[in-house]
Amino acid sequence: MSALNPANAAPMPARRRSPWRSRVVIYGLLLIFAVLYLMPLVVMVMTSLKPMSEITGGNMFALPHDLTFEAWAKAWGTTCVGLTCAGIKGYFWNSIKMVVPAVFISTMLGALNGYVLTKWRFAGHRMVFGLMLFACFIPYQSVLIPMAVILGKLGYIGMNLKDMTGYSFGFGNATANLVLVHVVYGLGFTTLFFRNYYAAFPTELIKAAQIDGASFFQIFRRILLPNSAPIFIVTVIYQFTNIWNDFLFGSTFAAGDNAPMTVALNNVVNTSTGVIEYNVNMAAAIIAAAPTLFVYIVAGRYFVRGLMAGAVKG
Amino acid sequence: MTATAVPAAAPMRARVTLRQRLQDALPKLVLAPSFLLILVFVYGFIGWTFLLSLTNSKAFSNFNFIGWGNYLKLWTWTFETDPPSNWYTAIVNMGLFGGLYVVCCLIIGLGLAILLDQKIRGEGVLRPIYLYPLALSFIVTGTAWKLFLNPRIGLEKAMHDLGWTSFHFDWVVNPRMMIYCVAIAAIWGSAGFVMALFLAGLRGIDGEILKAAQIDGASTFQTYRRIIIPMLRPVFLSAMIILINMALKSYDLVLSVTGNNPGGAAELPSTFMYSYTFTRDQMAVGSASAIMMMMTIAAVMVPYLYSELREKSR
Repeated sequence: MSALNPANAAPMPARRRSPWRSRVVIYGLLLIFAVLYLMPLVVMVMTSLKPMSEITGGNMFALPHDLTFEAWAKAWGTTCVGLTCAGIKGYFWNSIKMVVPAVFISTMLGALNGYVLTKWRFAGHRMVFGLMLFACFIPYQSVLIPMAVILGKLGYIGMNLKDMTGYSFGFGNATANLVLVHVVYGLGFTTLFFRNYYAAFPTELIKAAQIDGASFFQIFRRILLPNSAPIFIVTVIYQFTNIWNDFLFGSTFAAGDNAPMTVALNNVVNTSTGVIEYNVNMAAAIIAAAPTLFVYIVAGRYFVRGLMAGAVKG
Repeated sequence: MTATAVPAAAPMRARVTLRQRLQDALPKLVLAPSFLLILVFVYGFIGWTFLLSLTNSKAFSNFNFIGWGNYLKLWTWTFETDPPSNWYTAIVNMGLFGGLYVVCCLIIGLGLAILLDQKIRGEGVLRPIYLYPLALSFIVTGTAWKLFLNPRIGLEKAMHDLGWTSFHFDWVVNPRMMIYCVAIAAIWGSAGFVMALFLAGLRGIDGEILKAAQIDGASTFQTYRRIIIPMLRPVFLSAMIILINMALKSYDLVLSVTGNNPGGAAELPSTFMYSYTFTRDQMAVGSASAIMMMMTIAAVMVPYLYSELREKSR
């Protein structure tokens, strides 16, 4: 082998190009996996565009013969979720009403926390961060019962308020409850993201601004915020995906018409009554996946960065 | 300065120190609400759940303490194999599912990362394909795989249509095999993430080291086995910890792949906790199982996070 001769080997690229046979194997394996990865999605889309007769009678890999969007219309507008048959559109809006404030609040709090934990260190800051970090990983089963009790109490307060003033001030509102839950259990992640990002931000700039008399919030607003666009995008995407896709909290704390999209989808798909309409189920599943898939397609780079930041801790 | 300024300065200084003190406390005041939320809603609630696990709570929580009875119950159920108790099924399934999930994700993830790292064309197209399942909620993933593996309209039917009539695959409706289908869907959902972790690790390896190995005459296989994979040990550790954490918390996927876990065939500790707490009116047993989950995760995560944090601060 020529590599034995250092004079020949030196100019070679770090990872040498393999001969064509191994190239074929590499591309072949990668393509097989790509097909495996795309197949469930492709089958899902095709099934949603077929009439029922084609699904039960035909092959799932066959292209739709009589292309129809009826299943989509039915999933959105008229399919039965539990006892009400008004489609999944209401649940889609439930999810949006829950996601937007929850993402906004948890991200802003995370930014402030990250700022304090990196630039205004105090005795015990590591302990505080450690406790917040571990909170990211707890199994939510271990807080589910107390949360249900507390939310039940809030609902009781809301009822009393309504009796007294005619308005519940958001107490006991299922969407408000889910916002609270998602803010609390998302705080660890958002704080972690911003802390790691601000840790790399030059502290000299903060010191200089302090000497010039800038206040705590001025430094945050004028110096850190304008330089935080990438981490804001990463955090917002991460939180959006996580909260939109949540099922455990949604199914425990928001029943019936207040349920978020994922819970409604599970109700549509796993009802035991009547004929299973696979095309409607698949259309509903794609609608439920659409917002997060859209974000992934538009901002995939930031999405992956968020995943990695959430994995490589500390 | 003249002496006349001195009396004027004295009250000013007092005002400055007051404002200064506020300014000093401000960072802590900003962090305090978030930290308090986490202390109460995470650690306080875990404590509350622990207290409940020592009571005889049924449908509603009470505080009639009975000691360790619920944990003893779980302990005896662990060995109750004939007929298997739900807890026994949950633990066996957790081992099967968790083991398959962690091992397969690591193998597929590392394999894909190495293949993608061979200076191939089209990496920008392939990588997003392996990663998109991460944007989907587990309910959507489960719905897709449930259809895909359905023997009447899915894979088995498609294979029969192609002429392979002896092909038989009904795991998704076979109570004894359901958990493997959950594992397939879960591996499909997470292997791309592990790939991204390994790819980042591979890209971080110094090309000089590889060049030196080549000069010494090492083959590609040897270079990977002896040099690159050992250098990826920290990535292995992170990936494994994250995967174990995700496996222990799996919940939504079980429900959606199996159709709400009929007869508890695909029981996991998470579904066990939910059904005992909210449908079987044995809240205390549910709490005890939640605490068992919590302890398992803590045993994995605390040493890991501790070492990560300590490394960082060095």
